[in-house]
Amino acid sequence: MSKDIRIKKGLNINLVGAAEQTTSKAVLSNVYAIQLSDFHGIIPKMMVKQGAEVKAGEPLFYNKSIESMVFVSPVSGELIEIERGDRRRILTLKILADKTQEVISGAVTDVENASKEELKATLLKSGCWPFIKQRPYDVIANPDTTPKAIFISGYSSAPLQADLNYVLQGKEKELQTAITALGKLTPGKVHVSVGAGASPLSSMEGVELHTVSGPHPAGLVGTQINRIDPINKGELVWTVSPQDLIIIGEYLLTGKFNAERVIALAGSSVKAPKYYTTKIGSEISTFLYASGVNEENFRVINGDVLTGSKSKPDGFLGYYNNTVSVIPEGDDYELFGWNKPVFDKISATRALTFSWMQPNKKYDLDTNTNGEHRAFVVTGQYEKVFPMDIFPMQLLKACMVKDLDEMEQLGLYEVAPEDFSLTEFICISKQPHQKIIREGLDLLQKEIG
Amino acid sequence: MSLKSKLHELKLKYQGKKMAPAFNAFHTFLFSPDETTHAGGTHVKAADDLKRTMNTVIMALVPVLIFSMFNAGYQYYSAINGFPAEFSLMNDFLTWDNFWIGIIKVLPLVVVSYAVGLIVEFIFAVIKGHEVEEGYLVTGMLVPLIVPIDTPLWMLAVAVVFGVVIGKEVFGGTGMNILNPALTIRAFLFFAYPTWMSGDKVWVYGARERSEEILAGATNVDAYSGETILGFLAQNKGAEMSYSVSDMFFGFIPGSVGETSAFLILLGGLFLIFTKIASWRIMLSAVIGSLVMGLIFNQVVDFGWIGESSKFYGLMSFDFWKHLIVGGLAFGIVYMATDPVTGSQTNKGKWYYGFFIGFISVMIRVFNPAYPEGVFLAILLMNVFAPTIDHYVVRGNIKRRMNRLKNATIYPKDSDGKAEELKAETV
Repeated sequence: MSKDIRIKKGLNINLVGAAEQTTSKAVLSNVYAIQLSDFHGIIPKMMVKQGAEVKAGEPLFYNKSIESMVFVSPVSGELIEIERGDRRRILTLKILADKTQEVISGAVTDVENASKEELKATLLKSGCWPFIKQRPYDVIANPDTTPKAIFISGYSSAPLQADLNYVLQGKEKELQTAITALGKLTPGKVHVSVGAGASPLSSMEGVELHTVSGPHPAGLVGTQINRIDPINKGELVWTVSPQDLIIIGEYLLTGKFNAERVIALAGSSVKAPKYYTTKIGSEISTFLYASGVNEENFRVINGDVLTGSKSKPDGFLGYYNNTVSVIPEGDDYELFGWNKPVFDKISATRALTFSWMQPNKKYDLDTNTNGEHRAFVVTGQYEKVFPMDIFPMQLLKACMVKDLDEMEQLGLYEVAPEDFSLTEFICISKQPHQKIIREGLDLLQKEIG
Repeated sequence: MSLKSKLHELKLKYQGKKMAPAFNAFHTFLFSPDETTHAGGTHVKAADDLKRTMNTVIMALVPVLIFSMFNAGYQYYSAINGFPAEFSLMNDFLTWDNFWIGIIKVLPLVVVSYAVGLIVEFIFAVIKGHEVEEGYLVTGMLVPLIVPIDTPLWMLAVAVVFGVVIGKEVFGGTGMNILNPALTIRAFLFFAYPTWMSGDKVWVYGARERSEEILAGATNVDAYSGETILGFLAQNKGAEMSYSVSDMFFGFIPGSVGETSAFLILLGGLFLIFTKIASWRIMLSAVIGSLVMGLIFNQVVDFGWIGESSKFYGLMSFDFWKHLIVGGLAFGIVYMATDPVTGSQTNKGKWYYGFFIGFISVMIRVFNPAYPEGVFLAILLMNVFAPTIDHYVVRGNIKRRMNRLKNATIYPKDSDGKAEELKAETV
């Protein structure tokens, strides 16, 4: 039995350059990289030295505050560089891949009969644990805790995001194994949501299935949590993205960490946007130039255009991403850009902007901010695209003034930065909502824990 | 070299200098900036910015301004020569003579308002080192439309300086102010120079000057006046008025420069609602609020609780719905109450906020002994109460969340491993 979740508030951002549903195998990357910025709040302790040979699935470093949590190498090869930033903070680990890949082989796990502790230990040891995230705070889950429920969103609504119905095809076995294992880690339910169309996730057993419909952010797991079982102070929920379930499931079935992933290369700057099979940490150029680019001046984004992080053609695929978006840079002036009628950009108003007339038109947006940063002025706009029972502007202001009581009371526990991506997109004052929420969450975690 | 690249070079030259905000204000007026999205946020942004938002409000005000320029002349010539027997829009209203009075009387108000206000804004931007904010683009247009036509320009300039500095900049600029700056300016004028702001001699160009000439002994001229409809009613002289309902609705009546045409204000309001710039909740609830108060007053008269001898009879017996088409109520509801910075910020709060603006406006209008108009006072009063209204609306949300908390399922940690170990070590 599936339950329906209908989201009314929101905004679909239709962009040019959605990935065509064909998958090619990307060229093998020479160098792979683990970017520490993917693991928010983790302080790494290296377990191997620079120049050491590692196998695929071999731990590279562990989390300083939870030592059992290790992070493994996606490939076998030589750790050639540890790139450091300010105060010797580790930024990137680069691994030169071997010609013949060696994988560490662990034991096959009998998920049905394994105990909660055994499963936890297996996931931690294998390097699969970091795929499990927790809310509040939107960080990697603490293995010492027990979540009240686990949420998995199988509906992709973000602009140009990889279609999960497509990339999960044929992975039913891995998904089911991972879901069964996760189900043992919580006394509560495992909530899985799917959108329209045939999803391998809709046949899963041992889950509470939800059918989601409506505009973005209906696909964001935060929106679904808010509808299904909102988080209260003191409560914990875990979230996992479905493609990471495949890696978890495969490890449990085979004992091998397989960093392979199907990703969507999309965006208006890509000549032939489509899907590629590649590995976590691959150089983006290994598939970007296979599809070709339309212009000189473009931006490569690890992730979707609303929540992704800025990268470069010679950057590396992020740890959690299933989408790489490439869109034109908008670093140019526009004569009377503030008052002339606008036909080629998306807007949430009708102030001489005409996107409301063609809701299904696909737009070619660039990275221009379309205006300058200002104080909050206009009210009532965010509420139109923010489907949670939370006052978005009041929460943002509470985070800005660092009022811990207000932050708690207004529901900061329930949100992740990505939940504010749509309000940030439409923000007339061009405020950095996701950054404000991130800083608010960090402060709350530091002060309250 | 193109203008674009030349300005870009200048921008780089000014970067970090004291005058940069001033230059950027002009630069961004011509060209929307080349700024791109930062790392860690959305990589694309919607088309609207604050300039576009403010520009939309100005577009909604332009028809009102143009109408007011014609009306300035129409009221002037009608006061001298009497109202035309057979009114014809083209021959009696939209004439060059009428428009010329508008050019010499209304346009200077607009110019002074913008010039003085923007100078203050620029000075503050340069001193505080932030960009020149767009808030004054709308305020500067509103101010000349809500003052009597004969307001001396120096007086307007003083009021604008007061309003922008005390009403806005001391709080931190656009988005931070508590009171609507345009209404702060209006209130300053009203309390500092009451004789210029009320009475029957200020609403028509030259009426005051003429009466002063007569007082000084001039005998070759006739006195004329232009009392507002509310003024007539407040003196229980409603019967002397010659204005029809359509005059009131379309705005061929005396009053503050831009407040008279309920018709054009209605169109402006619909435009603002359609463009999603202004809140329909505030407008609708304010209309309801004023109708309710008007109806209550009508009932008081119908029940015979006050007689014709009462000094409130004229305004109380005025048909309740007519309150919306005379005086500044319509203008205030559409353009001033909907200011997002000083109004209620929550959707539910907007209903209360708007309702009380309408309700209190009509109440003050009837009971104010000095001046039969209350919109600007009502809006300023509700500006002060808006945060309180929002506070209670937000409390409602918090209360829901706290109630939910009672059923929270919280599991203890499996082991408080690390922390325990550390504690043991330190002990």
